[in-house]
Amino acid sequence: MTMSEINTQTAEKPEFYLTEDHHPENSTNLGFWLYLMSDCLIFAVLFATYAVVGRNYAAGPSPADLFDLKLVAINTAMLLFSSITYGFAMLQMERGAKAETLFWLGITGLFGLAFLGLELYEFYHLIHEGATPQRSAFLSAFFTLVGTHGLHVTFGIIWLITLMVQVSKRGLIPENRRRLMCLSMFWHFLDVVWIGVFSVVYLMGVVG
Amino acid sequence: MSSNAPSHEDAHDAHHAHSHGHEASHGSLKSYVIGFVLSVILTAIPFWLVMGEVIESKAALVAAIMILGAIQIVVHMVYFLHMNTKSEGGWTMMALIFTIVIVAIALAGSLWVMYHLNANMMPQMSPEMMRNLP
Repeated sequence: MTMSEINTQTAEKPEFYLTEDHHPENSTNLGFWLYLMSDCLIFAVLFATYAVVGRNYAAGPSPADLFDLKLVAINTAMLLFSSITYGFAMLQMERGAKAETLFWLGITGLFGLAFLGLELYEFYHLIHEGATPQRSAFLSAFFTLVGTHGLHVTFGIIWLITLMVQVSKRGLIPENRRRLMCLSMFWHFLDVVWIGVFSVVYLMGVVG
Repeated sequence: MSSNAPSHEDAHDAHHAHSHGHEASHGSLKSYVIGFVLSVILTAIPFWLVMGEVIESKAALVAAIMILGAIQIVVHMVYFLHMNTKSEGGWTMMALIFTIVIVAIALAGSLWVMYHLNANMMPQMSPEMMRNLP
């Protein structure tokens, strides 16, 4: 009640700016979309680098020697599952069901962590075999590209946990809905980038 | 009912429109499931092609991976990121098209230039010469 009274009081104040085109949620969405597009350019540059130097093995190991496609397939499945579970979280958010939203966000986070764990295991395995970023231009480009994606997923998970705390404390208020929408775009965008990674780096690398 | 609705109904409608923004940008359960099933199929095929060594020709295999990957990216854009030509008055689509143009220039340009650099500079360089470089 008090909130609505405050709202009516502020609404009667004279406003000296144009309000017609100002839609906070929409402008945030567009701005965040523009950020994602700039992020897309970062990945494009890393993909271009990989495409140029990805065959320069310096007499070191080649993708066919290094990559375990079963592991990559499981990793891809983890990210794909996390995408659909985030979609379920968004559907529950639209219904206004706080507990269900948190549940699906938690599941998404677990899939994200599984993805990250498998990727770290893969990196550890590669470095243990001597396939370090210093070994060849191919491995430098590989670790930069896949590592940047992994870093994005890491920050996505931190963001996800932050939002879970916010939602559990404040509920599904418009601000949290907006934030969840942004993270949704970020998360699905990372899945789109991963399609490029597994196609260009892993599958085409093993094909040779 | 709706023609002379009470004010709180209007307020609710306004709030609804505000919090949900544009209906088109949110998916339904059906669209998420369709997108997920298509993604699983489009992921499984290239992995199967490579791991099962189904196709002999390398060029055909690479082409298949690229085409299936491109289709899957479009599927993700439509079903998960809810891309369409109408959201934000078409500005997200404009930004996307601009980005695709830049990405295409960066990728095709890098490969083209570096391929020609390799072709023009590498033939004289035998591995022995490479080893004796300063």
